Amino acid sequence: MDFPFLFQTMKTLLAALPMTLALFSLSVLFGGLLALLIVWMRVGGNPVLSRFARGYIFIFRGSPLLIQMFLVFYGLGQFGFIRHSFVWPALREPFVCAVLSLALCTAGYTAEIFRFGLRAVQPREIEAARAIGMSGFLLVRRIIAPIAFRHALPAYSTEIVMMVKSTALASLVTVWEVTGVAQRLIAQTYRTMEVFLCAAIIYLVLNFLILQAMALIEHRLSPHRRAAVSLVPGGLPVSR
Amino acid sequence: MAAATRLSVRNIHKSFGAHEVLRGISLDAHDGDVISLLGASGSGKSTFLRCINLLETADQGEIVVDGERIEMTVRNGRNMPVSRKQIDRIRAELGMVFQSFNLWSHMTILDNAIEGPVHVLKRPRAECIAEAEALLEKVGIAEKRHAYPAHLSGGQQQRAAIARALAMKPKVMLFDEPTSALDPELVGEVLRVMRSLAEEGMTMLVVTHEMSFARNVSNRVIFMRSGEIDSDGAPEELFGKGGSPAFRQFIGTFGS
Ligand SMILES: Nc1ncnc2c1ncn2[C@@H]1O[C@H](COP(=O)(O)OP(=O)(O)OP(=O)(O)O)[C@@H](O)[C@H]1O
Ligand SMILES: [Mg+2]
Repeated sequence: MDFPFLFQTMKTLLAALPMTLALFSLSVLFGGLLALLIVWMRVGGNPVLSRFARGYIFIFRGSPLLIQMFLVFYGLGQFGFIRHSFVWPALREPFVCAVLSLALCTAGYTAEIFRFGLRAVQPREIEAARAIGMSGFLLVRRIIAPIAFRHALPAYSTEIVMMVKSTALASLVTVWEVTGVAQRLIAQTYRTMEVFLCAAIIYLVLNFLILQAMALIEHRLSPHRRAAVSLVPGGLPVSR
Repeated sequence: MAAATRLSVRNIHKSFGAHEVLRGISLDAHDGDVISLLGASGSGKSTFLRCINLLETADQGEIVVDGERIEMTVRNGRNMPVSRKQIDRIRAELGMVFQSFNLWSHMTILDNAIEGPVHVLKRPRAECIAEAEALLEKVGIAEKRHAYPAHLSGGQQQRAAIARALAMKPKVMLFDEPTSALDPELVGEVLRVMRSLAEEGMTMLVVTHEMSFARNVSNRVIFMRSGEIDSDGAPEELFGKGGSPAFRQFIGTFGS
């Protein structure tokens, strides 16, 4: 094994890791916010908005992310009103296009995940909150969202891991993240196996850390679903 | 000198579709009154209670809580509250205890109890915690304050739910069959808490099938039948000779 080469490759790929992380975190952030808006439209009770949200979810879950990304990257410039608008300087950037299409896509999936979380909120817990005088945003913030989010968390973890992997597609619109840099290295060295193995290891480690973090969050947020024993510091539950 | 009127309900009507569930119910609850609402299943007891704090909206009628009249209006042919804000305020003054407890599953018992005071009444957290702990002590589950609802027995959950309602310092407490979902051996602990509340002078409206509570704790018994008040009076009177034939027949089914 050519360890010096592997080491050198690792170093080069790791230099692209910040770009992968930036794609990932920005698209998860904006995708999450957009998902909140879409799920609100979906379940808010307005039939027009609900239909729109359904359509959105169908389109972005039903078509390949790569095609969505190409359409954003090559397609938006076709529209004169976009090319002449103030957002064009930003939309010309491959990075912005990549984040935009990743966010648009994950928003569709995340909206569905959040909606299933919402369905798990028991109406009687909402009723109990209304009965003490909660309504509107306070009710959502204190009761509905925390319960729904806890239920949505396992599926949401999966979506986040998918997003880490999806950032690799950005290489195809010339964003130099880990996979893109790997392909450039291969073009220079013709050592496909070693370079891609190094890249895979980076993704695996990244996802391992993310899954650990999500599991920790899940654990923290769900003491109510664990056995009573672990709740009482010092061991056995106190009984009356 | 008559005690202040805490709750006054006039001529409440409520239908679900073509089914008229409440056909003109009126009642006044004065300070310290403990009123037991009895009636067969489907007679509209829960619906009546839920109309009082507007979990259901009555089609017609007037509700006054501690002197404040709930403003209603007709919009698109439906009776509706005028102000969301007023409803929230009135609800905060009415404690509700549900048959199925309805504690918030993601919060500890203590957090359940301080949720309303801290986030609805916006009172200082430390003060709310101190008061909530005293209430949990009072209902006998102080040592469970850091446990989650799922880890408590039904009786403990219901006592926690009572503490949660009391933490709002309500003017009137509404109980909807608070012991019906409990195993028989757990009923007593909840009834004891309710009895001590009654003795402290809390104004209470209690839908119940516990005849001993109706007879011995409440100072007034109302018997509902097909959405109307059939009999209304002191327990000695109704359980003595005063009850209607329908009431006699009803309590007959409880073997008393
Ligand atoms: N949301 C609703 N939609 C349609 N019908 C309803 C609704 N809530 C109650 N009802 C009907 O109204 C009637 C009265 O119900 P309610 O729950 O008030 O009775 P109850 O006296 O509390 O009975 P129980 O002792 O079984 O609790 C029943 O026939 C019930 O089916
Ligand atoms: Mg009922």
